[in-house]
Amino acid sequence: MAKLTVNEELCKGCGLCVGACPKHILALSKSKLNKKGHSPVELQKPEDCIGCAFCATMCPDCVITVEK
Amino acid sequence: MQEKVLMKGNEAIAEAAILAGCRHYFGYPITPQTEVAAYMAKKMPKIGGVFLQAESEIAAINMVYGVASTGKRAMTSSSSPGIALKCEGISYLAGADLPALIVNVQRGGPGLGGIQPSQSDYFLATRGPGHGDFHVIVLAPASVQEMADMTQLGFGLADKYRTPVMLLADGTMGQMMEPVVLPEPQEIAVEKPWAACGTKMEREHNIVNSLYLSPSELERTNLERFERYAQIERDEVRWEEYCMEDAEICIVSCGITARISRNAIVEARKRGIKVGMLRPITLWPFPKAALAAAAEKVKSFISVELNMGQMKEDVELAIRCKRPVHLCSRVGGMIPSPEEILAKIEEVAKEGGC
Amino acid sequence: MIVFQKPKALTDAVLHYCPGCTHGIVHRLVAEAIDELGIQGRTVGVAPVGCSVMAYNYFACDMIEAAHGRAPAVATGVKRAMPENIVFTYQGDGDLASIGMCETVHAAARGENITIIFINNAIYGMTGGQMAPTTLPGQVTQTSPYGRDVATQGHPIRVCELLSQLDGPAYLERVTVNNVKNVRNAKKAILKAFKNQVEGKGFSLVEVVSSCPTNWGMTPQKALEWIDEKMLPYYPLGVYRDKEA
Repeated sequence: MAKLTVNEELCKGCGLCVGACPKHILALSKSKLNKKGHSPVELQKPEDCIGCAFCATMCPDCVITVEK
Repeated sequence: MQEKVLMKGNEAIAEAAILAGCRHYFGYPITPQTEVAAYMAKKMPKIGGVFLQAESEIAAINMVYGVASTGKRAMTSSSSPGIALKCEGISYLAGADLPALIVNVQRGGPGLGGIQPSQSDYFLATRGPGHGDFHVIVLAPASVQEMADMTQLGFGLADKYRTPVMLLADGTMGQMMEPVVLPEPQEIAVEKPWAACGTKMEREHNIVNSLYLSPSELERTNLERFERYAQIERDEVRWEEYCMEDAEICIVSCGITARISRNAIVEARKRGIKVGMLRPITLWPFPKAALAAAAEKVKSFISVELNMGQMKEDVELAIRCKRPVHLCSRVGGMIPSPEEILAKIEEVAKEGGC
Repeated sequence: MIVFQKPKALTDAVLHYCPGCTHGIVHRLVAEAIDELGIQGRTVGVAPVGCSVMAYNYFACDMIEAAHGRAPAVATGVKRAMPENIVFTYQGDGDLASIGMCETVHAAARGENITIIFINNAIYGMTGGQMAPTTLPGQVTQTSPYGRDVATQGHPIRVCELLSQLDGPAYLERVTVNNVKNVRNAKKAILKAFKNQVEGKGFSLVEVVSSCPTNWGMTPQKALEWIDEKMLPYYPLGVYRDKEA
């Protein structure tokens, strides 16, 4: 099973990872804001993550670490 | 001890730079300093050094910036219009506290001007050649021997104070041939822990930079730099006095005009006029204290220069306008004869200068 | 097993770029190339003036900040002083193709053994969105408010094509980073551009067609689509020089 870790404080909420996810299981948080005022990305269904790292590939801020 | 050889001023600069351990020269052709580049082009490949004819003066000074960033000695040379182009790079060198030697074999201006000797870049050199608040050390040689000696001195001062140094010669100095004893080979004496030469994974990364977006930090770097300038003004002022013991008129002159003035002084003294000379060797820092001391003894000054009186302003500032400062100058590549200077001395003497 | 993490050749400094700016992706690809070749300890980077001016804070190797457009000249000095070191510049379109075009062309003509990463996002980002040498015909910017009129404001410059007319360069490729596949291709190109230098092959330049969501006035995702729709037809991807091939 894949594990995805988001460094929420560094996330700028740009959503490039959201658009890249083939399983459509990433979304920007509707409830959280980080210290910079951005809505960080959240993994909606961790059990569906296949660890393809497409999200991390498109992330401009190296916010996402992917383990498999 | 090196033996005495006959050399052109420009070639003496090039050979002295090599003896100072400079292995990186970047230049662009411009009269009357092209012999420096030609000498380097011949010699550098034979000693494992780098001669590169850059695409522009701007590129050349930035190549110097690159080499200086790695901690190695680098130089460029040009003449007045080319130096104006290099000013951007000189400001960045100053802002990043990088040592480098810039040779300016001056010609007449403004604009394309002419190719004959001039000292009309005095302001450009001594007021900080480029944008921002900074100085470069300015050395003014008056012989081929000094062209060589000051090249070495320049590299040493640049390293010691982490500042660009300008060797401010004029076309005559560059072109004249004289016997010269070349300096002994020089080792780089200072450590350069700031150099961007690769971390070897043994230290944090070094950053060579002149950008400080925080005003307080930028202020701090400026103040720190001016503390170094204060030290330079205290320890590195150089000048030479000639016949000043009993002088009532003091000529102030550097470079080629100082040499011509000497002849005029000899002649004037034969005619009973007590005239001497104070020759600034460093134009920045300017020998203010020596001039102020002279002002206590002499009745007037004559600034002899190849411009419309740029150095005269520094003399007036140095002596706080305590005595009259006369100007004897030719411009546009014209050079005053000893007779012209003598006539000025006699005129000033008649007015009560002595 | 970690399949994706931040490369070691990037520092921990937080990137100052706008949300969704692809500079961050390219920084990472450069750092990955440095990591993979194991050259961080002998790499010296040269930062430009523009949005990536503070790249010197982000790369963990030694860094030099150059005057606007002068990075290839500075890199030339560094490389000539230390031929064993790996020297790269990271420059935007204004820096490389406008004020620094002379330095770019001549470094390429000399075949300097350096690596240039060229970010083409068709706009001056740092100063707030003015017309760049690569701004598309008709594109609205702060200084082409009625759209770039090629009759009075000239045509965009295709850097890879222009440099491909020279004998000097060893490798020229245009890539983009607007989707996962393209990022992977960009990675290959950047890695090759560094590897070329390690192997002494000479001047390598990778042009990365990038986005500037803030100054293009688009969402980050829409900006990536705009690359496909508008940028790539004018700036075709591909290899423009490969002395190996």
